[in-house]
Amino acid sequence: MQKPAPTFFDEMQLSVENADSVDVREIYKAYQQWLKGIPRDLLDSKRQEAELLFRRVGITFNVYGDDDGAERLIPFDVVPRILDAKEWGSLSKGAIQRVQALNMFLHDIYHKQEIIQAGIVPSNVLTNAQYRPEMFGVDVPQQIYAHIAGIDLVRTSESQFYVLEDNLRTPSGVSYMLEDRKMMMRLFPDLFRRYKVAPVDHYPQLLLKNLRSVAQTGVQDPTVVVLSPGAYNSAYFEHAFLAQQMGVELVEGQDLFVRNNAVYMRTTHGPQRVDVIYRRIDDDYLDPLAFKPNSMLGVAGLLSVYRDGGVTLANAVGTGVADDKATYIHVPAMIEFYLGEKPILENVPTYELSKEDDLAYTLAHLDELVVKEVQGSGGYGMLVGRAATKAELEEFRIRILSHPANYIAQPTLALSTCPTLVDAGIAPRHVDLRPFVLSGKTVSLVPGALCRVAMKEGSLVVNSSQGGGTKDTWVLEGPSVAASEFTAAQTSAPIISQAEVSVC
Amino acid sequence: MLSRTADHLYWMARYIERAENLARVLDVTYNMSLVPNAAESEAALWLPALEISGNVELFEQHYSEITAANVIHYLSLDMNNSSSIYCALRSARENAHAVRVTMTSETWENINALWLEFGQFIGQDLAKSGLREFCDWVKARSHLFRGVCFGTMLRDDAFSFVRLGTFIERADNTARLLDVKYHLLLPEQEEVGGAVDYYEWSAVLRSVSAFQAYQKIYSDTIEPWRVAELLVLRRDMPRSLHACFDEIMPILELLSGSRATECKRLAGELLSKLRYGKMRDIFQRGLHEFLSDFIQSNNMLGTEVHKTFFSIVAK
Repeated sequence: MQKPAPTFFDEMQLSVENADSVDVREIYKAYQQWLKGIPRDLLDSKRQEAELLFRRVGITFNVYGDDDGAERLIPFDVVPRILDAKEWGSLSKGAIQRVQALNMFLHDIYHKQEIIQAGIVPSNVLTNAQYRPEMFGVDVPQQIYAHIAGIDLVRTSESQFYVLEDNLRTPSGVSYMLEDRKMMMRLFPDLFRRYKVAPVDHYPQLLLKNLRSVAQTGVQDPTVVVLSPGAYNSAYFEHAFLAQQMGVELVEGQDLFVRNNAVYMRTTHGPQRVDVIYRRIDDDYLDPLAFKPNSMLGVAGLLSVYRDGGVTLANAVGTGVADDKATYIHVPAMIEFYLGEKPILENVPTYELSKEDDLAYTLAHLDELVVKEVQGSGGYGMLVGRAATKAELEEFRIRILSHPANYIAQPTLALSTCPTLVDAGIAPRHVDLRPFVLSGKTVSLVPGALCRVAMKEGSLVVNSSQGGGTKDTWVLEGPSVAASEFTAAQTSAPIISQAEVSVC
Repeated sequence: MLSRTADHLYWMARYIERAENLARVLDVTYNMSLVPNAAESEAALWLPALEISGNVELFEQHYSEITAANVIHYLSLDMNNSSSIYCALRSARENAHAVRVTMTSETWENINALWLEFGQFIGQDLAKSGLREFCDWVKARSHLFRGVCFGTMLRDDAFSFVRLGTFIERADNTARLLDVKYHLLLPEQEEVGGAVDYYEWSAVLRSVSAFQAYQKIYSDTIEPWRVAELLVLRRDMPRSLHACFDEIMPILELLSGSRATECKRLAGELLSKLRYGKMRDIFQRGLHEFLSDFIQSNNMLGTEVHKTFFSIVAK
């Protein structure tokens, strides 16, 4: 029983029936004009070219259990998502505000726990599986826990954005933000003459600066490394890419060892001290002595050095408690509590099923809500009421009733769509947006984001593990320029050929 | 730099070089097979190619007889033969993938493209057709690999380890090639001048791109001892043992810094033998003995490189 399809806000408002529609949103006008002027099959051939290039560069991810070692490509869409300077301004301010509050929250609950005493966050946060008692009382440099945060945003109307999720553990995808931009500039240089697109390629430099700024006090020239689980990890490309762009070593657990309360890496010139580890390994695998004893990925003794201030980990251990769905509900209140400000970005209205009223409402409206497991991630353990069968609804109702506190419920969001190139041509597909906020001595982000797109018609699931693709996100610096304003670049000094030289 | 990274870079270069040399051996043997009466039998002609690759036993486990088709498949595309061109290039690419950050993006893309392109050969019956194209392709990709390293990499330790791998592998391969063919070069074989001998020797020369160099340097008929001299002692011949050690020595000095490493000493010892040795003495002792000693010492050098740079133990 499907409800009538809701209408969705489209980033471009290009109607499928009428490609010449004049109703296109202002920022997409120059794009539409350009689109009208190109041959029909150009986009398709550009998409194929992109695929070839991505494969050559090896921008691929590994699929677990795939025996032929096939490295897959994440689908790349050639139509950009465009945001104007004003839209971006408020999104980026909101994201920074949010991450600042989350970092203060993390410091607080591993120290004085004032927010619990104030009754704003319930004390059961301390029994959350993601809360790391090992971190209690540990001081981290600059009091920063989530050095790299990915804030997942969705849009439902011209002016309404929601935060869907905070990613404070090891958020990934930033390499796609950078590579998609490089690809777009290569495929469509003329579009970049029509639009003043804010550059994003300084992200790795900003990241390095931030990582260096969180070295322990007294370290003069900190050595930063990227710690990866290795070449078989699905995000290996990104680990390698970031290490290369920052000019730091990409290490695996086996490359590091602990000695005299410090971390060293094995180099061809002997052991070398490491000061900051940008780790892309989950807490559980970091240190076999402290967490999972059978982890081959980590470094024995790392946690003890870390707690004694011998090395900085980015992100810190124990950030998961702040991006948990049960904590998510309290982020707006956190912002007011720690910063004394009104939240710029809104949360999705959320029903806590541990509360009687919320539970009753949810059970009565199960077919129109999305129900999520508090500790689930990646689209697992989730019920989308609108798409579920009667039997599935019943089954979930029983699961909820047996452990109401394990679940939250949210209304089905009408995620905005963005024109996307599919087999049938250009068609609207649902998108989200993940900007990356960097925290160190300062909090900042580059004007861009990972834009994920659900390639299947009508699908709201943008995760790459579920077939989602990516798009380049353009943040505009100013109005677009009309074609007539282009001026040809002056040629510089003439090039001398061999014959001319030999005469001299 | 990281020991593991150095290890991967070194082996990446070794595997590419190995693939190139295998392609050379295949190419030359195939050409020989086109010359009438070049060898008494097909097996006799193709056995040396197997011996050079150093894995006759494994071959015998998988194939019933030594034929052109079997040896060609075994050395080129056989996935069960860890020393086939297929496996060498796959290992090269895996090593590169593990440390892509230490390379320039052009170097990485080059190796990745090599592996993607290799797909076109898989499943082909090269013995029937396409072997020449295949060998040319492998050689060209190897040239391209060295070129992109040379032309784009920072002259740091990473570059040194890549070069070190190339030359240790090349020295090994040239020595093996010569050793398998050494009986042709024995001075006792005074019956020179036959067409078949000429083809054999010129084939040895061509397999290391030394045919034209020989003509240019000696401007004379092909004499066995000169072939050996060219490939062992001539420092201006880029695939000779001497030339390889001319490259290896300064690299090890650079990498060792002030450390007195065993690998530096060993390389110095080998280099002085090549620099000050005389062909007559080598022949008197026996070219085969000389070459097998060399292969063994060169292997030891490889082991020392591992001990010194790649296996740092936490103390």
